[in-house]
Amino acid sequence: MAQIELKHISVDFSGQDAVRDVSLDIEQGDILGVIGYSGAGKSTLVRTINLLQQPSKGTVKVNGQVLFANGQQQVSAKQLQASRRKIGMIFQNFNLLEEATVFENVAFALKHAGLPDDELEQRVNHLLELVDLQSKAEAYPVQLSGGQQQRVAIARALANKPDILLSDEATSALDPKTTKQILDLLYRLNKKLGLTIVLITHEMDAVKQIASKIAVMKNGRVIEQGPLLDVFLQPKQKLTQEFVGGALEVQEILEKYHFQNLAPQEQLVQLVYQITDVTQSVLADLDQAIGTKASILYGNVEQIGGQPVGTLAVLLPLTPEQEQTAKEFLASRHVLATKLDKEVLTDD
Amino acid sequence: MINWFVKTFPNVAALGWTGDAGWGTAIFQTLFMTFWSAIFGGFLGIVFGLLLVLTKPGGVLANRFWHNVIDKLISILRAIPFIILLALIAPVTQKIVGTQIGMKAALVPLTVGVFPFFARQVQVALESVDAGKIEAAQALGATTKDLIFDVYLKESRGELIRISTVTLISLIGLTAMAGAVGAGGLGNTAISYGYNRFANDVTVVATLLVVLLILLVQLVGDLLVKKLSHQRRR
Ligand SMILES: Nc1ncnc2c1ncn2[C@@H]1O[C@H](COP(=O)(O)OP(=O)(O)OP(=O)(O)O)[C@@H](O)[C@H]1O
Ligand SMILES: [Mg+2]
Repeated sequence: MAQIELKHISVDFSGQDAVRDVSLDIEQGDILGVIGYSGAGKSTLVRTINLLQQPSKGTVKVNGQVLFANGQQQVSAKQLQASRRKIGMIFQNFNLLEEATVFENVAFALKHAGLPDDELEQRVNHLLELVDLQSKAEAYPVQLSGGQQQRVAIARALANKPDILLSDEATSALDPKTTKQILDLLYRLNKKLGLTIVLITHEMDAVKQIASKIAVMKNGRVIEQGPLLDVFLQPKQKLTQEFVGGALEVQEILEKYHFQNLAPQEQLVQLVYQITDVTQSVLADLDQAIGTKASILYGNVEQIGGQPVGTLAVLLPLTPEQEQTAKEFLASRHVLATKLDKEVLTDD
Repeated sequence: MINWFVKTFPNVAALGWTGDAGWGTAIFQTLFMTFWSAIFGGFLGIVFGLLLVLTKPGGVLANRFWHNVIDKLISILRAIPFIILLALIAPVTQKIVGTQIGMKAALVPLTVGVFPFFARQVQVALESVDAGKIEAAQALGATTKDLIFDVYLKESRGELIRISTVTLISLIGLTAMAGAVGAGGLGNTAISYGYNRFANDVTVVATLLVVLLILLVQLVGDLLVKKLSHQRRR
């Protein structure tokens, strides 16, 4: 049984469907990256998990408890509040209480935890230690940097020892270095506490860094989902390719310099593959298989879900026969090859 | 010094400190009316301001019917000029206080006069609290009571003090008006013992005292805002 089960969720804002019939299972310990362009319905979908947004249709089940079904909330207001304390949430704008100190912000989350004063203080201090902000306990949010504020928000979201953390664009207002710090922190929390994280973002880099699974949204639907590496290596949807491959960027560069000058039999191909054995050169073997030399126009290696993945854009002079050989070879080596006019050469 | 004062402001000195017409009595009456109507009006203003924000569409206790009722009530009450309200409400005052004259009786129209005005400002102050803060608190499992006290009221406290200062100042103005129709206080002194008796010095001193009181309120208000507000400058 998945930790979060969304079944046939739709959210209708007076005639406009923000989310359409989405079903999503999120397992304990997952870091699910939810990506998609602005207005795709990411926030709306994720907010149904803690019922900040009531769905119009569908079922929301969290930790085995049905929170919403048959068009109605299935728990009392009090039960919902208790459930929400087990689902942390952080936001793009941090949303801290500005008239409360850092300490008070975290303590606010523990208001109904029934802790005696000394234990409360201990717990808050421990949480601040976790995000490395003990020294700022008496500061007000206005005195903190964005990254520090987000860390307070994380401490606050974790106060009630939730098993789930929802993150809605939590790093979008931060610079790249701070973004990395926050992502590293989330990753550590996932590993250390087994925290399930739902990470909404439009920054693919964030997903590449820490996600284990990915869901791609468009027009209120989840159009593709699965383990990060699988989706990365075999994106089925054009939108997914745009996000994962950085294909747009590569294509733009190549279009400028090379598309015009292609000889009739030359082809521009993007190769994406998991690097499992550094002693094997995919390209050298390809050259051997087709008996001609590919020239590299662009190359890149990055960590996807902890695995090194290579991306190459190469120029191949191919006869129809050679093309067939190349396809077979690439398929046998699990290389995803995409003609840069966007026609997929191989699927596997 | 005292001789000089008595000579320059003969009518002022003649009123004395105690007694029905005394300065001390007038000051006390003004403070009494201001204080108690601020307490009652302030309380009602915050309650109604809160209700407006909580019941609005999409609010924490969204309820279109009650929102409309309260909204209309506040609008109507606020539209009645205070001087007319004084007369209009006299029978109610009679019922509640047992008399229509004097400073205690004045508390009823003062409270009714000031609270809708204040409620509207409270509404604006509370609406300035970022919806994101409310949402974050809800995501933490906050109860409605937490939202009211720890988020709405506390987060807008700087703004609430600012509008309280403004309201208190206009309330002092209203007590002067109430004074003119028999509630006592500095307004009464300025009109009955100053203007009506051609004793300009009395009018001037009464005015100075009112102005002094208002400046004091403003000063304390500004200090409190500075001390209690930690909001980012917008
Ligand atoms: N409270 C609301 N009332 C009406 N329409 C809404 C509301 N919230 C969202 N929408 C609409 O629903 C759609 C999905 O919005 P949502 O905020 O979920 O998108 P998103 O994928 O999170 O986008 P972004 O990346 O910009 O945050 C949008 O068209 C938006 O205008
Ligand atoms: Mg969003």
